[in-house]
Amino acid sequence: MPPTTPPSGALPVTPSQTIGPFFGHALPFPGGERIAPAGHPDTVTVHGHVRDGAGAPVPDALLEFWQADPDGGLTGAPGSLRRDPVTGAVIGRNGVDFTGFGRVPTDADGRYALHTLPATAPAGCPGAAPYLAVCVFARGLLHHLFTRVYFPEHEAAHAADALLSRLPEDRARTLLARPDGPARHYRFDIHLQGAEDGSHEETVFLAFR
Amino acid sequence: MTPSMTPPAVQPTQADISREIAAREAAAHARPEGGPASAHPARNYPPYRSSIHRHPRQPLVAVDALADPEAVELTGPAFGVTDLTDLDADLTRQHPGEPLGERITVSGRILDRTGRPVRGQLVEIWQANAAGRYAHRRDRHPAPLDPNFTGAGRALTDDDGRYAFTTVKPGAYPWRNHGNAWRPAHIHFSLFGSAFTQRLITQMYFPGDPLLPYDPVLASVTDPAARARLVAAYDHELSRPERSLGYRWDIVLDGPSATWTEEGR
Repeated sequence: MPPTTPPSGALPVTPSQTIGPFFGHALPFPGGERIAPAGHPDTVTVHGHVRDGAGAPVPDALLEFWQADPDGGLTGAPGSLRRDPVTGAVIGRNGVDFTGFGRVPTDADGRYALHTLPATAPAGCPGAAPYLAVCVFARGLLHHLFTRVYFPEHEAAHAADALLSRLPEDRARTLLARPDGPARHYRFDIHLQGAEDGSHEETVFLAFR
Repeated sequence: MTPSMTPPAVQPTQADISREIAAREAAAHARPEGGPASAHPARNYPPYRSSIHRHPRQPLVAVDALADPEAVELTGPAFGVTDLTDLDADLTRQHPGEPLGERITVSGRILDRTGRPVRGQLVEIWQANAAGRYAHRRDRHPAPLDPNFTGAGRALTDDDGRYAFTTVKPGAYPWRNHGNAWRPAHIHFSLFGSAFTQRLITQMYFPGDPLLPYDPVLASVTDPAARARLVAAYDHELSRPERSLGYRWDIVLDGPSATWTEEGR
């Protein structure tokens, strides 16, 4: 549910509307899926499907990722969409800076893949369970959805995590990436809606207040 | 908007959809608390057929910014001058020739819900051309493409949170949500605040558009006052002599931020 009572004195907010089907020439950018600096040996790959309530792939979703930098810094850095000042074309990241921001459209199979550095806890809270923050947009979705990707390496920290620790186990599991294929590869599927026959669990989505 | 994978045997008419819209608006106002719960659309809004299989059924899990001030989402990505060029905010100058259509300027301020301007942040827009056609392969509406118009722009907000774009007024276009369905003219906006929680994608509409009452996407905002906030105002002060007509559209981003929680402690 969206927040019901804004703080007193708050301005009336602008409502959300769907991203629609035709964002492809405007929002995705080359290298949006590559947050990790070029050739970084710690690079991890997180990939999966986005599916609807019928289990069908969602080929017109846009996923955005935001994470702390390797030192736990949360200021981010510009340069995700770096442009060529001569032609105006997007040439993408410089391969050096870690901007902490990624943007990946799903393909015709409803799949995405993100290449980034391992999630780190914020510097102010070094013992916290690290995660990637995710924002999901799609045609048919009138208001974006937030979720998180947690990683199996931090199981001990998960027990103390303010979010995971208050979810039933089957719900918490939807926020956990699982090792998949080669080393440093993880699978994380997003189910916008649970199946009526229980064949897949709906992903946990978050409302920030 | 393309039809769902399995279109119903009988396509609903505009009258059917309008009845569904009216019923949902009445239900929103009949809540015991009075008025709709939120400015935002319910994600489950069947008059917009594509929402049926694409909304969560379980309630969202609340994350309280005051209780969890270290949440990563209370901060957000940064953008700067390397991320765009001066021409990006003028959609009429991205090709050798001038695009067809009525040239317009769209400008406004972006604030967070405490009234603080959103400074130096990325604003992205995309839209159909003046004939109602997107430069997108999957848009098969048989209206002409315009070789001088792509319909995508970017800008950074200034220290007052202000943005400005020059473009052409987009055309209305048909879609397949129901029989004789038409989207009113609109410009898609993508906005970042000072926190990831404030992320917003929305659509700006034009005042006086006769299609507004028929559109289930706009009607998904069941509070009339909130719906009115999606409609820009004609502003003669923003019109430029012998160049463009001006529209003003201010935006308020929802969601807590790290700075907000600091003040709330």
